[in-house]
Amino acid sequence: METIFIAVMFFGWNKVSKKFHLTATWLTALGANLSALWILVANAWMQYPAGMEFNPDTARNEMVNFWQVLFSPVAINKFLHTVTSGYTLASLFVIGVSSYFILRKRELLLAKRSIVIASVFGIISISALIFTGHGSAVEVSKHQPMKLAAMEGLYQGGENAEFIGIGILNPKKTFDNNEDPFLFKIGFKGVLSYLINFDTKTFIPGINDLVYGNPERGVPSFEERKMKGTLAMNSLIKYKEAKEIGNMEEANLQLEILKANFNHIGYSYVEKPEDIIPHVPMIFYSFHIMVFLGFLFVLIFLVYGWLTLKNKIDKIKWGKPLYILGIISIPLAFIATEAGWIVAEVGRQPWIIQDLMTVGAGVTKISSTAVQTTFWIFSFIFTALLITEVSIMIKFIKQGPSNSAIK
Amino acid sequence: MITAEISYLFLQQYWYFIVSLLGALLVFLMFVQGGQTLIYEIGKNDTERKMLVTTLGRKWELTFTTLVTFGGAFFASFPLFYSTSFGGAYWAWIALLLAFTIQAVSYEFRSKKGNVFGPKFFEVLLFLNGLFGTLLLGTVVGTFFNGSEFSIDVFKRVTWANETRGLEAVLNWHNVSLGLAVFFLARIMGLLYFKLTIDYQPITDRIRKKLLINTIPFLVFFLAFVIRLLIMDGFAVDENGVVFMQKTKYLNNFLDMPLILVMFLIGVLAVLFGIIRALFLKKSCDMNFWYVAPGVVLTVLSLLLLAGYNNTAFYPSSFDLQSSLTIHKASSSFFTLKVMSIVSLLVPVVLAVIIITWRQINKFKITQEEINNPNEKTY
Repeated sequence: METIFIAVMFFGWNKVSKKFHLTATWLTALGANLSALWILVANAWMQYPAGMEFNPDTARNEMVNFWQVLFSPVAINKFLHTVTSGYTLASLFVIGVSSYFILRKRELLLAKRSIVIASVFGIISISALIFTGHGSAVEVSKHQPMKLAAMEGLYQGGENAEFIGIGILNPKKTFDNNEDPFLFKIGFKGVLSYLINFDTKTFIPGINDLVYGNPERGVPSFEERKMKGTLAMNSLIKYKEAKEIGNMEEANLQLEILKANFNHIGYSYVEKPEDIIPHVPMIFYSFHIMVFLGFLFVLIFLVYGWLTLKNKIDKIKWGKPLYILGIISIPLAFIATEAGWIVAEVGRQPWIIQDLMTVGAGVTKISSTAVQTTFWIFSFIFTALLITEVSIMIKFIKQGPSNSAIK
Repeated sequence: MITAEISYLFLQQYWYFIVSLLGALLVFLMFVQGGQTLIYEIGKNDTERKMLVTTLGRKWELTFTTLVTFGGAFFASFPLFYSTSFGGAYWAWIALLLAFTIQAVSYEFRSKKGNVFGPKFFEVLLFLNGLFGTLLLGTVVGTFFNGSEFSIDVFKRVTWANETRGLEAVLNWHNVSLGLAVFFLARIMGLLYFKLTIDYQPITDRIRKKLLINTIPFLVFFLAFVIRLLIMDGFAVDENGVVFMQKTKYLNNFLDMPLILVMFLIGVLAVLFGIIRALFLKKSCDMNFWYVAPGVVLTVLSLLLLAGYNNTAFYPSSFDLQSSLTIHKASSSFFTLKVMSIVSLLVPVVLAVIIITWRQINKFKITQEEINNPNEKTY
């Protein structure tokens, strides 16, 4: 849909009616969002494999309920959170470019009109972004508690769990020593528990609870899950062997064992307890940078919106630092987006499918040299393309709308 | 609702047909790639090259999305093919991916101020995409008939038997002859598309000569591929799912499935008819593109169906025969195929919309005035 109508959007100006052109433009946007939906549904399934059953005969997970896959709460939150982050980024882009014009005292009318639209759209988008971000965190707490613990640098879980506002992690801290996790922190007791379940008494498991287990709270240990996972994997092998020789009684017995322990099967690939802990500093800092920038963007939208509505945006004395902040908000928005993806993807390590398959088990069997070669080829190409893209954009922005024809 | 009467086998064949149709449409739409390799041969100055790039630029997304849809549909309906081929023939797919990565932005960046590397750089990228995109795709599809060196274990894990990881396909002349046939065919279609969409005499004058130069190698490579295909042993499957080499398997497939044979013959004749008209008809006619295009679709569709229908392994392993992939072995589950089939009912709507927008955008030919008009979007 996107591809079909993008051609009309770009080339149809003098070829189709205005109504058709406008419809095509809207359908391009709708198509782009729909393609985002499907790719994020696929990603969400890896974080929370809903709507499927494992088929031992084909040795794969097979979909049994399409709607459970599509409407899994992880998928819905992920989709809305990602597209609203795109809307927020787009709003900041408009504010950034408009700020440049105001700073240069050019295209003032266009800049002010653009800021009104961008700040209103930005406020709506970022409100939805925060709301779905909260929803995503709640889902993470249910299906990926290790990721949540890493996001907050939480080693020892409990009720009244603390939300860290600002913190510097102690690099010496590992799950098996008694070092303090933080060198410095400003935290809010009970806020994490409250945010997850609107109740400060909510128990939030920490990294140590997930490694060593917490029987009181029903949290299984790594060793227990590894034992069950290995049992599941062995029963799958035995099931296949029994089926091969036609021993259906044995096959059914092994199948029962497999079913009972299937939710832990991925642990059979993991050797050491530390392997189920993702890179805590990378996730902790990425998460906090994302949250901090998110609230900075709220402030930017509010200040820009208010000043523009009062028709003061280009008249204030302290305008210059504000406009520069507006311009810088463009790269900051990209940083926030990337930080969010680091939380989502590095945070789920070592899993390619949560609890069922590790990245190590799913990866193509090729040499690390081949992977590095591919990485550097693509890095080189995409860096060159990025430089070109930014260069063209800066050229166009400097040129401004009054000097440009459609190009 | 799809009822229980629709069997798993039917859905597997239905999806192999859809995938083959998408593959056939992709080869037809590769006139964009073919055209990209002709920018300097046909365009002798900046205005002419701009006309060529602009007419191709209005269609490149369609080819690109068809490639993605073909790949996506193939992988969704036959996931074992995806995991085996992408994981195994790693370098072949990475090379193909690179060939298409450089295309996407080249149109957008080429004529823009501040594009750092200059227009020529992006024209070279378009050429490389045109050359390797067609050549590699054809060569990889050649492995559908000649096999690859892999094995699959009971957990569906693939082991590739060599270090070149798919690039070894270029060592088989039969694969390469298909790749070269696709390359020259794309160039032929590119030329005919220029004729169809550009109203500029100097360009039109050069097309006929170039058409002859590209038709000869196309015929040589295509005939070499087809003749060898008809006499070679093929990867057959017996009723127990055991793969074995059968003498003249693909010829047998044509004879066992006369409809596909007829489709193939009509397709080849339509392609030849369009080319011959363009070469020898004294009166200039733009419509030859529309003779060749459906011919290409029918020919490619019949070749792809030949590879997978009639108890044939469509992704065979020459290293371990029993690891060869058949439609049945590689397909998604019954439920997944059912869900996908419901969605596929929308395909005619999508096709109708594509036709409507294609007609709208191609209503008028590209002229020198349009290209030099600053209010027109050009590349």
